[in-house]
Amino acid sequence: MAEFLSLKEAVSRHINDGDTVCMEGFTHLIPFAAGHEIIRQEKRDLTLIRMTPDLVYDQMIGAGCAKKLIFSWGGNPGVGSLHRLRDAVENGWPNKLEILEHSHAAMASAYEAGAAGLPLAVLRGYVGSDLPKVNDQIKFIECPFTGERLAAVPSIRPDVAVIHAQRADRNGNVLVEGIIGIQKEVVLAAKRSIVTVEEIVDDLGASVNACVLPSWAITAIAEAPKGASPSYALGYYDRDNAFYKEWDGIARDRETFQAWLKNNVFEKGAA
Amino acid sequence: MSLEYTSSEMMSVTAARALTNGMTCFVGIGLPSEAANLARLTHAPDVTLIYESGTLQTKPDVLPLSIGDGELCESALTTVSVPEMFRYWLQGGHVSVGFLGTAQIDRYANLNTTLIGDYREPKVRLPGGGGAPEIATSAKEVFITVKHSKRTFVKDVDFVTTVGFGRDGKARDNVPNIGNGPTVVITDLCILKPDPETKELVVRSLHPNVTREDVIAATGWDIRFAEDLATTPEPGARELEVLRDLKARTHSHHSGPTMPANNEAHRD
Repeated sequence: MAEFLSLKEAVSRHINDGDTVCMEGFTHLIPFAAGHEIIRQEKRDLTLIRMTPDLVYDQMIGAGCAKKLIFSWGGNPGVGSLHRLRDAVENGWPNKLEILEHSHAAMASAYEAGAAGLPLAVLRGYVGSDLPKVNDQIKFIECPFTGERLAAVPSIRPDVAVIHAQRADRNGNVLVEGIIGIQKEVVLAAKRSIVTVEEIVDDLGASVNACVLPSWAITAIAEAPKGASPSYALGYYDRDNAFYKEWDGIARDRETFQAWLKNNVFEKGAA
Repeated sequence: MSLEYTSSEMMSVTAARALTNGMTCFVGIGLPSEAANLARLTHAPDVTLIYESGTLQTKPDVLPLSIGDGELCESALTTVSVPEMFRYWLQGGHVSVGFLGTAQIDRYANLNTTLIGDYREPKVRLPGGGGAPEIATSAKEVFITVKHSKRTFVKDVDFVTTVGFGRDGKARDNVPNIGNGPTVVITDLCILKPDPETKELVVRSLHPNVTREDVIAATGWDIRFAEDLATTPEPGARELEVLRDLKARTHSHHSGPTMPANNEAHRD
């Protein structure tokens, strides 16, 4: 059964230095509150995995939490670069960052394979791309039935999955609605999981085919209202697109970034 | 001929016209998204738009800033998970057109969105592949829209993120279960299409008031022009009106609700 913890306690207890951590949410339901708590607790040497690193990983990389990043699209959507990610890759600041990059189709397949308990994912992918030349985790295999050449990537099975969701009931069952992305797969693929939720309610109000994660498939739940902001939670608040644009200016220089981090993360405690 | 319009508007309208009712289009963010929604709001109301966040048959009222804005989900017929989107809907063969933008494109329509320079020591690190590598091979055909400049139109891309026709134009030959690849590239200067034999991009149509010299000056290889070189039709009044309304709605939507306190630091 999932254990209800404060966000501080959940991060402290379940995320260790050196862990492989997947914080997912495809544009929607990005676990920013949890990311900020990881920064405050100064977790180090994490291997961070996420399809779209987004602002949350830009912040964590700039704060020095990561040693390696596995991703498939590392930009500020509709705005431009992730400047902290670029500074780490191009200049090694604040520390050297190893990167391993995939396509979305491959990462989605790798999460699905992780949830299915398989060692690898097979897809019709990477044809003609240079990505296999720079990522030794992309191989090609021959279909034993048709002989077709197919791409293979290792499944993703992280130490910890962190996601945000709309709500949990008092037994710890969680409802995810809207753009559900990869939320279910990453929780099932991980050894441990932390789910932050907008609120804890008596009744989830889920329709019969809704995306519900049962309590016994989750390690810890922490209530974190507005925990996905500046991304969004369908039914609760909209994506703060103005902040996504503003981030471009904040993250461009190390000084403005560090000032932002101090004022908006370090000097703000978690509930 | 009295209508006034910008070269960007010319590009968006021309790109929109490439889409027709009945197509199922997997839409990239940015220029492709603008063109695809313009098509839907003008001549192709029944075009099916799909975004990689899982939103099937979406009809956004404003253009999304990201690939997964709430607007896309709320206006969609249904929203599926990301693995389902890529595995069932794209790889499964349900997408007729992939509509992509790019940072670099070469003469064989290979796309680079990974980096400028050497992979281990990049001069400029770009976002990466995202959905494009498999959109380009699983969709039945690919449309590309990008602004024309020498920095963008290079002889050989620094990195093939997403295959057009490969370094030699033959990358799709004898590959089973692969789409036809890029069939048209729409820029702010012209329309290019691959040569049926060599697959090298050839200018098929110049936009009004654009000269061959303009295109040559903005292209990093010895660009060829079709013998029956056409002039692209101008945008119509309604297309321009709908495009401008859409952009105004979008701009106002993404500006609120919080104003940046430090506009000084905001460089775009």
